[in-house]
Amino acid sequence: MFDLSGKSALVTGASGGIGGAIARALHGAGAAVALSGTREGPLEALRDELGERAHVVAASLSDAEAVEALPGRASKAMGGLDVLVNNAGITRDQIFMRMKDEEWAEVIEVNLTASMRLCRAVMRPMMKARWGRIVNVSSVVGATGNPGQANYAASKGGLVAMSKAIAYEVASRGITVNCVAPGFIGTAMTEKLTDEQKEGILPQIPMRRMGAPEEVAAAALYLASPEAGYVTGTVLHVNGGMVMI
Amino acid sequence: MSDTAERVKKIVVEHLNVEEDKVTKEASFIDDLGADSLDTVELVMAFEEEFGIEIPDDAAETIQTVGDAVGFIDKQK
Repeated sequence: MFDLSGKSALVTGASGGIGGAIARALHGAGAAVALSGTREGPLEALRDELGERAHVVAASLSDAEAVEALPGRASKAMGGLDVLVNNAGITRDQIFMRMKDEEWAEVIEVNLTASMRLCRAVMRPMMKARWGRIVNVSSVVGATGNPGQANYAASKGGLVAMSKAIAYEVASRGITVNCVAPGFIGTAMTEKLTDEQKEGILPQIPMRRMGAPEEVAAAALYLASPEAGYVTGTVLHVNGGMVMI
Repeated sequence: MSDTAERVKKIVVEHLNVEEDKVTKEASFIDDLGADSLDTVELVMAFEEEFGIEIPDDAAETIQTVGDAVGFIDKQK
């Protein structure tokens, strides 16, 4: 099951915990992977770990031109582009009353606008191929909100709505667009939480633990697979039961 | 019929799965040939490939009929 041999996947934010795990999962299923992110060191380390069929295509997602060029670079490196995983995301947490325009704009630009640009840029090859998989990594807070994260929650909720709109448009061309919505996953991003915050969160999770990046990656792998061909416009929540929607 | 018109017609017939005699110069892709908006995008992509030209989005929006397409392509060549 979930054989991606012969497919090529671009993963953004591949230097992060979840992105790296997604890249490993797709690669493990036989796909060629293009690893994108801003930090070349970890990307190269991951490429070396994966060996063949892995390529580094570093790019800053706050640079519109670099974003537009990214799918072409990835496609050139891999010889095609069948799967796009928009995983890159940043946070600029701030109590809403003090949130600056820049803090808002930066998060929306990277998490939502760059994802939109990448979705748009991969449409042409996917339409031609009559096959494509887009997996956008949203977040549980995109559905529930979270104090201090008006910008992040807006970007992640926006990803869900955008994915559904695109899913409608391209479903008849064999292209699916779905989201994975992780809850609290043990990564560098959640490392920033204080112990107090973590202690506040765990009792709200029926599983009583944080998730592992690999558990998110498994969901992304499914949505990227040929087997998920009848699944589009959906959000697959991976949150230990924290929110059941 | 010009060479361009012949090639355009062939693409339209293949893509929209319509009868050849329906693909007249005046035929509108959407109103007469049953294309949806995504079909028109795909037709433009197919024209670009067939004729080795680039059709920018604002120009693509003006291509409503088979004749529009032939006219635009002939101007580019």
